Amino acid sequence: MPVLARWIEAAGIPTVVVTMMPAVAEERRAPRIVGVEFPFGHAFGMPHDKVMQRRVLELALRVLAGAAGFGTRVDLDVEWPVPVREAYRAWQPKVASPIVRKMLEARQSPG
Amino acid sequence: MIVDSYKYLPRTFRPFYEGRGPFPGEEAPVWAPFAKRLAESRIALLTSAGIYLKQSQPAFDLEREQANPEWGDPTWRAIPATARPVDIAVAHLHINDEDILADPEIALPMRLLEQLAGEGLVGGAVANHVAVMGYQDRRLTDWRATTAPQIVAHLFEQGVDALILAPA
Repeated sequence: MPVLARWIEAAGIPTVVVTMMPAVAEERRAPRIVGVEFPFGHAFGMPHDKVMQRRVLELALRVLAGAAGFGTRVDLDVEWPVPVREAYRAWQPKVASPIVRKMLEARQSPG
Repeated sequence: MIVDSYKYLPRTFRPFYEGRGPFPGEEAPVWAPFAKRLAESRIALLTSAGIYLKQSQPAFDLEREQANPEWGDPTWRAIPATARPVDIAVAHLHINDEDILADPEIALPMRLLEQLAGEGLVGGAVANHVAVMGYQDRRLTDWRATTAPQIVAHLFEQGVDALILAPA
């Protein structure tokens, strides 16, 4: 996603990436970054929590319009309201993805 | 608060993300200045949650990914700002999609953006936002050659001034 942002930015469109992994977006050299400490699949917050979603979107807009230069990162100061263990379990797919299954099988195969 | 980028990532996945540096050939800064006032700007959203319109668009190809786990569908979908939550489906094998289906705004806040436009905070929103499926071939060959140029052309067609991207 940070790389896609770079290609779109290079074409002349200002971009901001709203991400759970802002450190990775920095490494990948995204132009503008908003970090959120939310579980995957929840970039803009909790379902039906309009106040939280608005805080994320407004910060993204402020960084988009107001970042002074390349590599600007601002993290959102909002804590996820669900206990970590529960949220960690909840975001993951019910069935392991094909690549994860393949990795697990490779680990279990003899030799 | 400084976000912990690995808080929700299984420990075994961390080496696939951390300390890998820039994507090959993507080291240099890129910068498009944001020239206008927000209140005069048209904003687009892009999600990688694998969202599509269940009545009128094909799902992202999960069967092929099942057969070839290193591959992810590189295509994209235009999502009308007028789409209702009931119109939206999700095809993404790497997340639990329940919350997105319950409230697609957590991935693609189209209604909220319209609301902010109504309040005058932003000038407006594009008529058609963008969805991709974020699990991709590591080299991003098709995204680079085909998908990114198509999305850029689409965004210019929509009269966009700036884009907010959100990975799933």
